[in-house]
Amino acid sequence: MVTEATASTASSTSASPRPRGNVPIVEVRPSMVAMLDTAPVVFELADVEVFYGAFRAVRGVTMNIQKNQITAFIGPSGCGKTTVLRSLNRMHDVIPGARVAGQVRYHGVDLYGAGVSPTEVRRRIGMVFQKPNPFPKSIYDNIAFGPRVNGVRDKAKLDEIVEKSLRGAALWDEVKDRLRSSAQGMSGGQQQRLCIARTIAVEPEVVLMDEPCSALDPIATARVEELMRELKHRFTIVIVTHNMQQAARVSDRTAFFTAELDSKTEQRTGQLVEYDVTSKMFSNPRDERTENYITGRFG
Amino acid sequence: MTPPDPTAVQPIDLRARMSWRVIVNHAMTAAMLGAVVLIAIPLVLVLWSLLARGASAAFADFPAFFTKDIPHMDTQPGGGMGPAIVGTLLVTGGAALLAIPLGILGAVYLHEYGKSSTFARLVRFLSVVMTGVPSIVMGLFVYIMWTMRFGYSAFGGSIAMACLMLPVVIRATEQMLELVPAHLREASYALGTTKSRTIVTVVLPAALPGIVSGCLLAVARAAGETAPLLFTVGAASEINASLFSGANTALSAQIFANATSSFPEAQDRAWGAALTLVLLTFAITLIARVFTARIVKR
Amino acid sequence: MTGEPITEATTAAMARSLRGTGNRADDGFRVLAVAAAALVLLVLGAIALTMTMRAAGVFADHGAEFFTSTRWAPAGDDPAQQHFGALSFIWGTLYTSLIALVIAVPISLAVALYTTQVAPVWLKRPLVYVLDLLAVVPSVVFGLWGVLTLAEPIQGVYAKIHGAVDGIPILQSIFGAGAQGRSFMTAGVILAVMITPIITSLSREVIETTPQNEKEAAYGLGATRWEMIRGAVIPHSKIGIVGAVMLGLGRAMGETIAAALVIGSSVGQVSANVFSSGNSMPAVIANEWGEAKDPHKAGLIALAVVLFAMTIVVNVVASWIVRRAQVRQYGSRGGRR
Repeated sequence: MVTEATASTASSTSASPRPRGNVPIVEVRPSMVAMLDTAPVVFELADVEVFYGAFRAVRGVTMNIQKNQITAFIGPSGCGKTTVLRSLNRMHDVIPGARVAGQVRYHGVDLYGAGVSPTEVRRRIGMVFQKPNPFPKSIYDNIAFGPRVNGVRDKAKLDEIVEKSLRGAALWDEVKDRLRSSAQGMSGGQQQRLCIARTIAVEPEVVLMDEPCSALDPIATARVEELMRELKHRFTIVIVTHNMQQAARVSDRTAFFTAELDSKTEQRTGQLVEYDVTSKMFSNPRDERTENYITGRFG
Repeated sequence: MTPPDPTAVQPIDLRARMSWRVIVNHAMTAAMLGAVVLIAIPLVLVLWSLLARGASAAFADFPAFFTKDIPHMDTQPGGGMGPAIVGTLLVTGGAALLAIPLGILGAVYLHEYGKSSTFARLVRFLSVVMTGVPSIVMGLFVYIMWTMRFGYSAFGGSIAMACLMLPVVIRATEQMLELVPAHLREASYALGTTKSRTIVTVVLPAALPGIVSGCLLAVARAAGETAPLLFTVGAASEINASLFSGANTALSAQIFANATSSFPEAQDRAWGAALTLVLLTFAITLIARVFTARIVKR
Repeated sequence: MTGEPITEATTAAMARSLRGTGNRADDGFRVLAVAAAALVLLVLGAIALTMTMRAAGVFADHGAEFFTSTRWAPAGDDPAQQHFGALSFIWGTLYTSLIALVIAVPISLAVALYTTQVAPVWLKRPLVYVLDLLAVVPSVVFGLWGVLTLAEPIQGVYAKIHGAVDGIPILQSIFGAGAQGRSFMTAGVILAVMITPIITSLSREVIETTPQNEKEAAYGLGATRWEMIRGAVIPHSKIGIVGAVMLGLGRAMGETIAAALVIGSSVGQVSANVFSSGNSMPAVIANEWGEAKDPHKAGLIALAVVLFAMTIVVNVVASWIVRRAQVRQYGSRGGRR
């Protein structure tokens, strides 16, 4: 399966890509790279660290995330990808003892600064979780939940939002006749698309996805990936995935994390190793650790 | 004589062997079965007495028993337990209105806000202590705080019952809240919902069947309590539908009062009241079971 | 949806909108929840306080004699003459609870073991149902049955038992003469019937947590079912069962109405004869309250304070034991997860 980038061949001034394990070969086009670089910045992370109590789970993360792109976090398990993702919408607030140091700037505002309401943050930065988690309510009420919380009461407006969100999640045709039935009676893939619809119903700017396909079968996975490509035109997407082929298929930029063992404390602290345009990273990684991971020497 | 052939295959005998160990095992099984029978006997006997002696009193002249007033004299035949039924409904209903909302809120604090803070652990510990407070002590307490100031009323009984129900509701609700998976709360937070709104619109509805079941069981227990009423409700032989004013009575109190009478007429009324009370509490318990079954289905 | 580059102005605008409007409803809800939880504290504290205050006079007048004397002489018209000695009632409470435990514990354990280890699958559910029904029957109904149906015929049984042990030194005093239908024994029997469901259901819960592989290890060594129970189930569940028994004890001690109806109404006796009529703290409070004048009431409240203290101690120790058993099972987060 090849990504859109290779839909048309083009002369390339970079070195011809060497085969890398079973990662699809992507040709780098400079014009594409330039386009990616000029997109406005949504998040600026500066030396972000996350602690659970005294344990430092991740350190020294500095990166920018850009609008209307899909940014993927990859790396072996336990290296902090989900931890960094959750720091983007203040989900660590709900875990007692969790602390975020450094700066996470969203449109210039430090999300962890004084006077920032986590509720407001999460209205703008939504999240889809690894295991689909629909509320034990009807399909309609699941989608309408967010808008209702935001004060939308008018039934006609809610109907409209529900239909729009379900269409946006490519679920409308399958469920339009049973909107009042329980959401938990759907298949795993449908439930996950429902969760995506629920998230986009509140019209956030950013959608964070924490391994959204890991609980799904390959067919459902393919549909969700297709959905992601459509959604990125409306939203900024950041996805954590342990499947690097998925990152290669779907994302515009990829961040590779790994964990280092601190021999003194016996703790594994995650860190950002490399962050680049996806096609460049997979064909010509700069760091040896990235190359080892991509070619399957570890992971 | 030829020696036994060591290469011949010995037949293996796997039949059960009678031995002391096997006998002990059987004896213990019999003992356990005996205990089960033993414990079923009182239940059967009580239900039998209830039906034999209570049914004739309560249903012979349907629906007279449930509507007529209580005779003033023990020796008077007939009459009914109308006032007692109204009283039980008032007292138990009032207690439920007090204890259930407060108990659910308290459990919400313990599980969603306090968690393992010192205050929360203290409250949890004390609510366990509170379930062990004898009902007569609760009754005396409410006598001192309420009856001495405001006189007898159904509401005094409600307060005492609510004190008995509160810790039960708190513990049952907290257990149900624990069963609501964390990821449901996370999904709600991720949509920009406040904590209180998440609790009210996601967590409590998810835990609802179990909470209802726990509350119904607490109500059933309260309906059957007698001791607290002796100090708070007083006595009445006519129907008093007022919650706040005037002495009242209840099925449990009437059973107690008539049980010590030496006259069969009063005793019959006691049996009739007992049957009514048992039917009421069984019905509530059955409804609670229906809700428990609905949790299991999820 | 901002698409322009980040400037001072856009940052300030975003900061304003991220501040939100503050949520008074959210804070208010939290306050309400804290208040509701604090009620538990307040009520328990109020109980201890108010009752001790009312009874303070009685304790002050009698001192330690309150606990050691058996003379219970309320004097309605002349408070100076009255004397409150609680010993016979404390004795009655403890003795009937003891009888109840002696009867209930073996039966409860046997039933708990039967339902968890022996009963065929189709029998288990209805059996548990029956036990739960037993738990639902109000105590006053058991009391009614005890006094109207059981008290008469059981006197005959008592007389026979006394006849059977006549001549055996200790037994003949315990199962003594003068069989009364309303006596320690009858109260003990009724209490036993009432606390069996509690002990059984709590013991069942503990027994069911016995790890399957420990049971299988016993069977694998060729043990009979009873030997497996002795070797794997009981050592594992011992602590929890003790806790369950103590909770049953607490319930028996505090049970008022059933006891009041069938224990008899003797005052001032401390007898070891289970067939004699007796009294217990809750029973005497319930029976004497109706006619009591204020000084008499103070004496009864003093009894209630003693009862309160005793049941609290038993329940606290019991739940500490049960909690310890859970911690051993599940680690320090405890609970059933």
